[in-house]
Amino acid sequence: MINFGYSIHKDNQINMDAVSMELLEKVKKREPSVMMCMACGSCAATCSAAQFTSFSLRHLMLKVCRGQMQGLEKEAEKCMLCGKCQLVCPRGVNTRNVIIAIRSVLEEPVNE
Amino acid sequence: MKKFDIFVLPFTIGLAFILAYTVIMYVRWIAGLSPIDKLKLRANFIKTLPRSLKEIVMESLFHRKIYKKNFLLGYMHMSFAFGWLMLIVIGNIQSHLYSRDIINPPYYPIFYKFFEPYPMPFATYKVFEFIMDFLLLYILSGVFLAYIKRIRSRLLGMQSTTRHIFADRMTLTSLWLIFPLRLLAESFTSHHRGEFLTGTLYRFFSGFLPVHHMAYPFWWAYSIALGVFFLSLPLSRYMHIITEPLLIILRNAGIKTYKEFKTYTDVELNACSRCGICIDACQMSTAARIRTVQPVYFLRDARYRRLTPSLANHCLLCGRCNEACPVGIDQVALRIIKRKDFTLSPAYYEYIPSRQITRAPVLYFAGCMTHLTPSIIIAMKEIFARAGEKVWWMDENGSICCGRPLIFSGNIESARVLMKKNKDLIEQSGASLLVTSCPICYRTFREDYHLRIPVMHHTQYIYQLIKEGKLKAEKTSISTVYHDPCELGRGCGIYDEPREVLKQYATLVSSPSERNNALCCGGSLGNSEIPHERREMITRDATLQLLSTGADYLVTSCPLCKKTFSRFSPAVIDIAQVVAGQWNSLPPAQRKNELAGTMVEQ
Amino acid sequence: MTGKVIVIGGGVTGMEAASQLSAAGHEVLLLEQKKTLGGNVSQWDRLFPSLRPAGELLDHLKENLLARKVKVYFGAEVLAVARSGNQFGVTLTDGEKMTADALLIATGFQMFDARRKEEYGYGIYTNVITSADLEEIFRQKKGIKNPSGKVPQKIAFIHCVGSRDVKCGNTYCSSVCCITAVKQAIEVKEMLPEATVYCFYMDLRMYGRYFEDFYKKAQEKHGIQFVRGRLSEAVENPDETVMLKVEDTLALRPLRMSFDMVVLMAGMEVSQGTVRLGKLLDLHFADDRFIQPSNEHLLRNVTGSKGVFVAGTATGPKTIYDCISDARSATLAIDEYLKQK
Repeated sequence: MINFGYSIHKDNQINMDAVSMELLEKVKKREPSVMMCMACGSCAATCSAAQFTSFSLRHLMLKVCRGQMQGLEKEAEKCMLCGKCQLVCPRGVNTRNVIIAIRSVLEEPVNE
Repeated sequence: MKKFDIFVLPFTIGLAFILAYTVIMYVRWIAGLSPIDKLKLRANFIKTLPRSLKEIVMESLFHRKIYKKNFLLGYMHMSFAFGWLMLIVIGNIQSHLYSRDIINPPYYPIFYKFFEPYPMPFATYKVFEFIMDFLLLYILSGVFLAYIKRIRSRLLGMQSTTRHIFADRMTLTSLWLIFPLRLLAESFTSHHRGEFLTGTLYRFFSGFLPVHHMAYPFWWAYSIALGVFFLSLPLSRYMHIITEPLLIILRNAGIKTYKEFKTYTDVELNACSRCGICIDACQMSTAARIRTVQPVYFLRDARYRRLTPSLANHCLLCGRCNEACPVGIDQVALRIIKRKDFTLSPAYYEYIPSRQITRAPVLYFAGCMTHLTPSIIIAMKEIFARAGEKVWWMDENGSICCGRPLIFSGNIESARVLMKKNKDLIEQSGASLLVTSCPICYRTFREDYHLRIPVMHHTQYIYQLIKEGKLKAEKTSISTVYHDPCELGRGCGIYDEPREVLKQYATLVSSPSERNNALCCGGSLGNSEIPHERREMITRDATLQLLSTGADYLVTSCPLCKKTFSRFSPAVIDIAQVVAGQWNSLPPAQRKNELAGTMVEQ
Repeated sequence: MTGKVIVIGGGVTGMEAASQLSAAGHEVLLLEQKKTLGGNVSQWDRLFPSLRPAGELLDHLKENLLARKVKVYFGAEVLAVARSGNQFGVTLTDGEKMTADALLIATGFQMFDARRKEEYGYGIYTNVITSADLEEIFRQKKGIKNPSGKVPQKIAFIHCVGSRDVKCGNTYCSSVCCITAVKQAIEVKEMLPEATVYCFYMDLRMYGRYFEDFYKKAQEKHGIQFVRGRLSEAVENPDETVMLKVEDTLALRPLRMSFDMVVLMAGMEVSQGTVRLGKLLDLHFADDRFIQPSNEHLLRNVTGSKGVFVAGTATGPKTIYDCISDARSATLAIDEYLKQK
């Protein structure tokens, strides 16, 4: 193919028509309180890991809810499970179990 | 007189089976012990045998610990264990003394009245007959109580009791049938005898039933019930009959539940009798109405290898069940061992940077949770200053978690990574003492880090400062109730130092559940399954119980407990705050009103 | 048919209801626990969004009260209430007794004790105050100084303290704190034009008339910055400034910033007086601990107890607009009730 000097960028939009909620459903089944999150950011603000690296539980949960969970194993691994987020969450989300659920679901073999 | 009838076969086969099974299991378990445990056993077995025998009699037979919970409950369990044992022993003695042969087949004493329908003309014989009937009545009174307990457990002091699976119910039924069937079989055969129980019943039944024809079928039924019980015992809860004595012997020889699954762990799993006493001790049952995850169910599923992650994870690890268990199974340790089966792949936390170290004689590790209760940190700073101690607050600019929450969730590899990072910091700092404010961190520093320097919880440290005269206590007239944190109290056995410290600064009021019976605040990180509303029920219940003692303040020594309790009342402070004189500056009367307004009867 | 009504609570709601009931021809007794009328509003300087002085509104209400010849009892606390037939016998703690045909509970709210949100440092760090403390500073009219004694250059407002927070026991929204935060931020900027003011919120509830314009004015005219991120921890710096740790959810990164003064927008909770009275009169409380009226749309002022009515923030967080409306709606309900007897 001749290189004309410009390329086509992948669309930056989240296409909710094309996204699969399968992983979200699996996480929801293990920890239903993930749906209660209002993305206030208390968890990420108090997070032990976030002081050293770019880890945000709020952002992680948002990606899960938008069906963009693939490839997030490395992100989710950063959690030390210290529990501070769970102590500050104003909605009472069981945040530690959400992380455990996300990591378990991502670690499941893809073809069962 | 014939000494065999075909009806004895079910019993005899069952007996042979269970005796062989017991021998095989004992051999397997003892042989399967780790080399260190085998050494311990060999070294201590004879020495500790008297103690073990005493414990076997007191607990396995007399069920002393169950009597403490409720008299009727203890009576019921004892009637089965002790009563049945006595029935066998006395029956054997009787048949040996009065039989024509020197050796009798094993089934002979069990079915004695069938083989010897005519009484012997000796005075002592009558005594034996009376004792046998009395023992049978004793056991039957226990069976009756067991029926009642199934229908209304409250009458025997148990709010909730075990919900059994089908296999257990089958074995249970056969056990309960054994003694009534024996009663009826012996009664129908008593036309020549005049014992107070069986003889009376004979006379009663013969009035309207064809007892002579009914006796034989009932002897069959009795034998079958026994046979079924013995054959199904290995798969049922009654395995505890065989296992508990061995558990007691091994435990007294110094063998403990470790952090890995070993043969001793398997012995523990089989020693659980599913008595259900742990259910009432568990606050998830009494306060939060969660009744399907207590040790009885966890141990059962672990034993039958059908344990699910959500059951394994659904435990606060508070240890109240361990205190209540009549067999002394360390359920908390077993949970953590089994959670390792569901571990996630290890994480390496490479993002944690190397930290700048300040050299100081004392290291202060506040702990992750303490950052959310800054009053503790401020109080500790004041205390360090007053004592003139040079301290490096090592997690001031960001804590690396101590790693225990990862251990709780079964992720040991990941925990070790964090532990190494913290341990390096601790060792490079050149400090000679590590002080921490969080009991969770304290326990793991003590048990898992293997540090070369001593570790203290801040209550121990303050106690030492007072003893050394570096801190002067100033007594106030404020009344306090002390809450033992699970990890500090039951976890590490530290009950006295906090109380001694507190008594120097305030009046200490005692609460109904304290020391090793203390309530859990509900905030525990040990349970990753419990929904928030249920936790709140546990916390509300615990807060109410503690503040109903009438104390002005609820004092605790754990930041997690403090944060959890203050959900319901502002009158919660840490011991460090008491020592530093940094009360929440609220006059007592107002605090009581606030509590009344904050806590809702729902 | 006219009757005798005892209004318990001399705040905005109580005063308005007392005046209106008197205008409708009933005999009204007003019981106020403190020595002055005005309730919570008497502690405020200016009201949103017009910034009219609170005193002006209160004077207006007091005048109406006097004009109507309502009998006011100060320092009056209800000890016991007894029913005899359709009448109530009320006994005060000082022994005084009175009767009535109907009771109106207007005992309002109290502010959430911000000490319960320990990680924000109220009562622990020097320069953390609540919105009530700030309002008192405004009332003193002596300029703004932080508790350390300095004129603050950087001020932060934290929304939702003790509201929408299951860990504080209050899951409801206190409805007025957002607009109050905007108001106070604007007032601070008016007094200290060079100061930097930030508001840290979860959501901005600008639902009332001119609220949205007020918010726009805060940004446009006064340069107040709004960060969508809830405060998780506050740490005190050695110089007594307070460092806040927030996640800027829109910038997707954690954010920290030091301030000379941090103002916590503490929410509303049911008042002690309301709880006590409610227990005396056997009223129904909802799970947010405010009084539950008989029907949320049509019987907002009627309780399950015959002859006992309720108005104002005793049934939940409200603006002053809503309190005054509620007082008038209660008047109508009581009037109707008394006419039927």
